[in-house]
Amino acid sequence: MPLLWLSVLIVALSAAGFILARQRALASAGGDTRQLHSLPVYYGSNAFMKSVFPAFGLMFLWLLAQPLVLDNRVAGMIPETEISEGSNMGLVMSEVRRTADGLERAVASGAMDEGIATDGNADTAAITKQLKDAGQVVTADISRPVLNAAQAYRGMSAVSNIAMSIVVFLVAVAGAAWGVMESGRDFRARNVVEQGILAILIAAASVAILTTIGIILSLIFNTVEFFRLYPAADFFTLLEWAPSFSGRGGASSLGILPLLWGTIYISIVALLVAVPIGLFSAVYLSEYASPRVRGIAKPLLEILAGIPTIVYGLFALLTIGPMLMSVFGSDGAGWMGGGRSVMTAGIAMGIMLIPFVSSLSDDIINAVPQSLRDGSYGLGATRSETIRQVVLPAALPGIVGAILLAASRAIGETMIVVLGAGAAARLSLNPFEAMTTVTAKIVSQLTGDSDFASPEALVAFALGITLFVLTLCLNIFALYIVRKYREQYE
Amino acid sequence: MTDASLPANPAAPETRKSVSLVAPDARTQKRKAAEARFRMYGIAGIATGIFFLVVLLSTIVASGTGAFQQTFINVSVYLDPAKLDKKGNRDPEDIKKVSTFGYTPLIQQALFDVVETNNLETPLAKRGDMKALISASAAAQLRDVVLENPGLIGETVDFRILASSRVDGYLKDRVKREDVVRDKNIDAEHLDLIDLLVPLGIVEKTFNMDFVTGADASESRPEAAGIGVAMAGSFFMMLVVLVLSLPIGVAASIYLEEFAPKNRWTDLIEVNIANLAAVPSIVFGILGLAVFIQFMHLPQSAPLVGGLVLTLMTLPTIIISTRASLKAVPPSIRDAALGVGASKMQAVFHHVLPLAAPGILTGTIIGLAQALGETAPLLLIGMVGFIASNAPDGIASGLLDPNSAMPAQIYEWAKRADPAFYERAWGGIIILLVFLITMNTIAVILRRRFERRW
Repeated sequence: MPLLWLSVLIVALSAAGFILARQRALASAGGDTRQLHSLPVYYGSNAFMKSVFPAFGLMFLWLLAQPLVLDNRVAGMIPETEISEGSNMGLVMSEVRRTADGLERAVASGAMDEGIATDGNADTAAITKQLKDAGQVVTADISRPVLNAAQAYRGMSAVSNIAMSIVVFLVAVAGAAWGVMESGRDFRARNVVEQGILAILIAAASVAILTTIGIILSLIFNTVEFFRLYPAADFFTLLEWAPSFSGRGGASSLGILPLLWGTIYISIVALLVAVPIGLFSAVYLSEYASPRVRGIAKPLLEILAGIPTIVYGLFALLTIGPMLMSVFGSDGAGWMGGGRSVMTAGIAMGIMLIPFVSSLSDDIINAVPQSLRDGSYGLGATRSETIRQVVLPAALPGIVGAILLAASRAIGETMIVVLGAGAAARLSLNPFEAMTTVTAKIVSQLTGDSDFASPEALVAFALGITLFVLTLCLNIFALYIVRKYREQYE
Repeated sequence: MTDASLPANPAAPETRKSVSLVAPDARTQKRKAAEARFRMYGIAGIATGIFFLVVLLSTIVASGTGAFQQTFINVSVYLDPAKLDKKGNRDPEDIKKVSTFGYTPLIQQALFDVVETNNLETPLAKRGDMKALISASAAAQLRDVVLENPGLIGETVDFRILASSRVDGYLKDRVKREDVVRDKNIDAEHLDLIDLLVPLGIVEKTFNMDFVTGADASESRPEAAGIGVAMAGSFFMMLVVLVLSLPIGVAASIYLEEFAPKNRWTDLIEVNIANLAAVPSIVFGILGLAVFIQFMHLPQSAPLVGGLVLTLMTLPTIIISTRASLKAVPPSIRDAALGVGASKMQAVFHHVLPLAAPGILTGTIIGLAQALGETAPLLLIGMVGFIASNAPDGIASGLLDPNSAMPAQIYEWAKRADPAFYERAWGGIIILLVFLITMNTIAVILRRRFERRW
């Protein structure tokens, strides 16, 4: 594994730089550390840092850029005719890469000689057979252009790998040498090292920004690609969701409205379960409960929040669904066709949201100043009157914020609806019917073997961006309300 | 001063006079009733919440414990050399040529012999009738043993073979006699035979170690499915999450809490982190699919990619809790360090960080627990529907070879048609919850033991 060895080499070089720089600094001070500007360890760290970070950074960037550059250069070798019906450049390129990897591994394991692997005129059938015998995954018979492209790819990546090793090695040596040369009595090593550490800290903090940018870019690029294949107007206005399974037939109708309706309907059911229970629990816990009751009941409720959503999904599918069926199904009221329904998923999601509503509301009710309550008691109001007429109105904006946060959770929830809500997109008012949601459709469109170029798969990104924007707006609005409210009484 | 300020109706005070001070009047009673009612609502709210918790947990325990028990059949199988090694030279290559189909009749014969020697009354008169009792993976089990010790051929060996999932379900009350009527895989006569075999100790239920350590099995063999390999997948994912999210999260929090100037950029990062914490997890799955798999061409279904996605997802949680514990260290610590000549960096790394460490650790463990139970993003990067048959044999293969994860495996089982897999799914949930409870308990103990109040 050459990458591993290269990494070990870089670290070894840097460690050598550390020792040399430390010794050089000590020597320049005649062995008396008090003569140095910084502690000796900082001189070593300086050399270490200057060697390790540029080398690994370069290696990382090189590895990231290499496939892109190679793809571009090799793509030119593949004629238009090679891209068959129902395929595209990306698929052919991944076949090229797979073949190149296969050649590489077959040669490495000794199943194929180097001569055949690099021979541009080699018999394609023979190579395919040899690769298969060597246990490499090769799908179809490799065609000549693909083989040549794969050979070119392999050759170039070998060259690129060697070039990378040399360059990275040189950078590491140069960095270490620079660090060692700098080390001297008057060199302010600590300041330099601390600057470096600060840079690392800033880089770490930027990961959050990069994540957001990554989310937005990956959603936008693929959504634009989707809208090139499928009219945006249809996506937002069609009342039907019926992806065709044949692939690029163009017969799919992909309207988001039934999915949005399912999402909202299930969220409403979930909130109808969670808000009353959560709110009353919060009121009782913060206004009535003795510290002992509170100490037991609050953690118990919060266990519900720590249970993974897959558990709620299974609970909905295997417990709530059959239970509802026995009451509302064909044996009972006859409203329900199957165990999966809006109610099934909504109730499970509601249970999940109870602690979410209750602990947020609890915080908010506790933030209402005691003086308001005292004033109300002084006028002769009972506890419940005080709560209903003074505390809750004062806490209302915050509670609304908490409910909005819960709603955003409900909209983004995936596992419960995938297992409990069903797969059919429907615009219906009957809560005992199966419906589906945005998140459930993202999962079903992106799992399985569909290729990423078809509108049926790309639609998931358009659904994803809708979901992202929807929850983001809800969150920002809710956080704004909650924060503003908190400040009001501080 | 004038009578004008007096109430217009002089009769009113008189009606009040008749009211006793001791007995509450109608209005007070109404208010008191309202008070009691309101209180009841609160109690009812909490009671409902706890009721749901109890129902949920008892359902999990009741439905899942079955997965930890498995029915086995103890038989003595005669390894017929005429079938397994026709050439008679015990050459491993020749023995390998006999597929599992060669072994199936031997097991059936062995079981049939048991029935005959014990004179059990059953209408099942053919060797082939035993098929419904035996798991489809029993033959493969036997074959593996024989391939390891070719010397066993020709001898009669005691084996403990897996019973079929229907038999297993019958002993666990999952398969009822009335259901069997419609079942193509097993008949009532088989169940009668099982009832006769159980007292003889030939069919028995024991602890199912294979469930905890084994791999998932195909759709037709629920009795052989285990969660062990998925557990290894989860383990490697958590390793990635820990190695990446702890340093990055701590570094980011230190910067934001200790060094960041108050400006637009810092504000942007803060708002970003708050929002990332609330982004639906499925969106992180889309990110992972687009960036790590489509763009960077990392292998699909690899725990490394799963770990990267979960890292991005847990990072906000870890940053938020780390910042809270950094904030809890009083400024006097920093001032004292600065006062004796430490640089700001030294003050933070030598004094503030060690004091905040228990809080950071607690937050990290809670973040990891959250990541461990997360399913949705893993579905998008392909960690589901794939059957990894062996546990990874090293760190590199653990990170890069396709695998599943515990919650994804549970989802996979929940999707399958055979109800026998549901029992496995619940069993998987018990294991998952045991991990989560352990992690959270460690977090609570850490907090209780090391948290300092200033």
